[in-house]
Amino acid sequence: MTMQPASTEIASRTAAIIHEMKGLEGPLLPILHGIQEEFGHVPQDSLPIIAEALNISNAEVHGVVTFYHDYRSHPAGRHVLKVCQAEACQSMGSDAVAAKLKQLLGIGFHETTRDGSVTLEPVYCLGLCACAPSAMLDGEVIGRLDDEKLDEIVAEVRS
Amino acid sequence: MTPRIYIPGDSGALALGAEKVAKAIASELAERGIEAKIVRNGSRGAYFLEPMVEVATENGRVAYGPVKPSDVKSLFDSGFLTGGHHKRWLGSPDKIPFLAKQTRLTFARCGINDPLSLDAYKSLGGLKGLQNAVAMAPIEVVNQVTASGLRGRGGAGFPTGIKWKTVLDATADKKYIVCNADEGDSATFADRMIMEGDPFVLIEGMAIAGVATGATKGFVYIRSEYPHAVAVMNKAVEVARKAGVLGLNVLGSPNAFDMEIRVGAGAYVCGEETSLLNSLEGKRGVVRAKPPLPAIQGLFGKPTVINNVISLASVPIIMDKGAAFYKDFGMGRSRGTIPIQIAGNVKFGGLFEAAFGMTLGEIVDDIGGGTATGRPVKAVQVGGPLGAYFPRALFNTPFDYEAFAAKDGLIGHAGITVFDDTADMLKQARFAMEFCAIESCGKCTPCRIGSTRGVETIDKIASGVEPEKNIALVTDLCNTMKFGSLCALGGFTPYPVMSALNHFREDFKPAPVAEAAE
Repeated sequence: MTMQPASTEIASRTAAIIHEMKGLEGPLLPILHGIQEEFGHVPQDSLPIIAEALNISNAEVHGVVTFYHDYRSHPAGRHVLKVCQAEACQSMGSDAVAAKLKQLLGIGFHETTRDGSVTLEPVYCLGLCACAPSAMLDGEVIGRLDDEKLDEIVAEVRS
Repeated sequence: MTPRIYIPGDSGALALGAEKVAKAIASELAERGIEAKIVRNGSRGAYFLEPMVEVATENGRVAYGPVKPSDVKSLFDSGFLTGGHHKRWLGSPDKIPFLAKQTRLTFARCGINDPLSLDAYKSLGGLKGLQNAVAMAPIEVVNQVTASGLRGRGGAGFPTGIKWKTVLDATADKKYIVCNADEGDSATFADRMIMEGDPFVLIEGMAIAGVATGATKGFVYIRSEYPHAVAVMNKAVEVARKAGVLGLNVLGSPNAFDMEIRVGAGAYVCGEETSLLNSLEGKRGVVRAKPPLPAIQGLFGKPTVINNVISLASVPIIMDKGAAFYKDFGMGRSRGTIPIQIAGNVKFGGLFEAAFGMTLGEIVDDIGGGTATGRPVKAVQVGGPLGAYFPRALFNTPFDYEAFAAKDGLIGHAGITVFDDTADMLKQARFAMEFCAIESCGKCTPCRIGSTRGVETIDKIASGVEPEKNIALVTDLCNTMKFGSLCALGGFTPYPVMSALNHFREDFKPAPVAEAAE
């Protein structure tokens, strides 16, 4: 089981982030980014605190959090591997890349391995379209994926 | 003179191992006791040569590429610091055919120097456009941009000067410049490249837009998939602020302009301008109905210029060299240059800036060199996930907004994805619908529900269930989506679907069932 911070702790860390960002014009997305960076996901307990601070309804905050693909409701694995599945990568065999990664890791898209080592996600374009197929491992970009590079990635996330 | 070695820090180069090359070079320098300065420049855009390492010699720059970490020892042995010969030797970067054939106006500086050196930016003509702009009346700046013929490079092709004029004429206590850097279309990376390789040109373009319209605040909305671009832009804004390019007195003038970098959250639809504005305001990225135009009631209800990165980055050269200079390039109503991004299954992939008017065939076959796999080109998709698939038969289409529209296609953000003959166009049509279903903001029913019904109907065609009837159904559905959606996501998804259907009908025939032996 992943240790979850107690809700009072979530409240105080959330409040600190809100305090830092509240002066921005249109602060909700920067706050949510800050919270996700802090906790690795956007905890449910944070939402009413944000709503209160920004003087908007809980429903509005919930609506925004769930609209955007980036915000997680649960923590991801220790590594996050995003594999591009958009057209330029498709033309260079991104289907096969995804299939191989799923097989090597034993998980599908939007899933985390049982040992919590890695979360696999599709992404629609990393802007590496002249170096397809591409992926991003914990923010590091990797282009022209081949079997050798896939094996390296899998070894890295398993280590 | 201390030798200078240029190793790109552009994410395309990093994806191909530039960081490992930089480390190998640094440790080789230390081991050999050589003093040299390593500069992390942007990319010049010839990705088939990345990581491309350059050295400054007495006779100018000499390039080597694509460099692997295992090449580094032998590069030193060959005397590459003075331009020595090596199997990776490419000679002067300006003479590499892929780069030499280009007309670089917007990307003139991209990839040459350290992107965060304002001195380097100025040494190559940077800030001249802004200097000219602050010395002019706002309407004169707007007129110059209008006269250049610059049209929105995000895809819609709306004249930039006219948009600016509307904002200039609007009265409000506050106006905004918003830069759309939510470059989500597959095959496009021009915005990313310029933000990582020459961020000051975008900052300068936005400051000019501010001066021209009376806007005092700018936002750059960058997609979260571009962490490197976000980092460079944040640093560049700091540098520009310290140097007085941004602030209460832009370049010492009475004009105030400052800006902020904002990061998206993985919603493709936020590349649509009104969704982007909602997202900046901290709302769901749902499309707004127009009117009111963002130029009248945009961000926080204030008059707002919202332009694509490349539109704004093209403004400094127009203000520097004049409208006539820029307008002189191009054809018809498509004036100036366009950074074409050649991507996917292609031999020489990268960014190719050229005047409008080259044919698709020249771009794909002559510049791109055909497919990377060496197989015949079957189709190219121009304009990202909402762009049409063109067969070879349409390769004589010139790169021009109107010419593409006449062939039921669009230029979009000028990305081209090349597919070889193994591509299954039914699968591509299905993906277009699937992508629309994933990314629809949900506001318009034809987009929200039609896309899912589209996937199901194409699946029926694939499995041979009443193919003719279902093809007619998809066609009808596309028509509904095209005319019943507020924005380009639902409205343009029919382009890839219908072009696949019209030009590659053979892929929509049910797979022949193997006949049983008699």
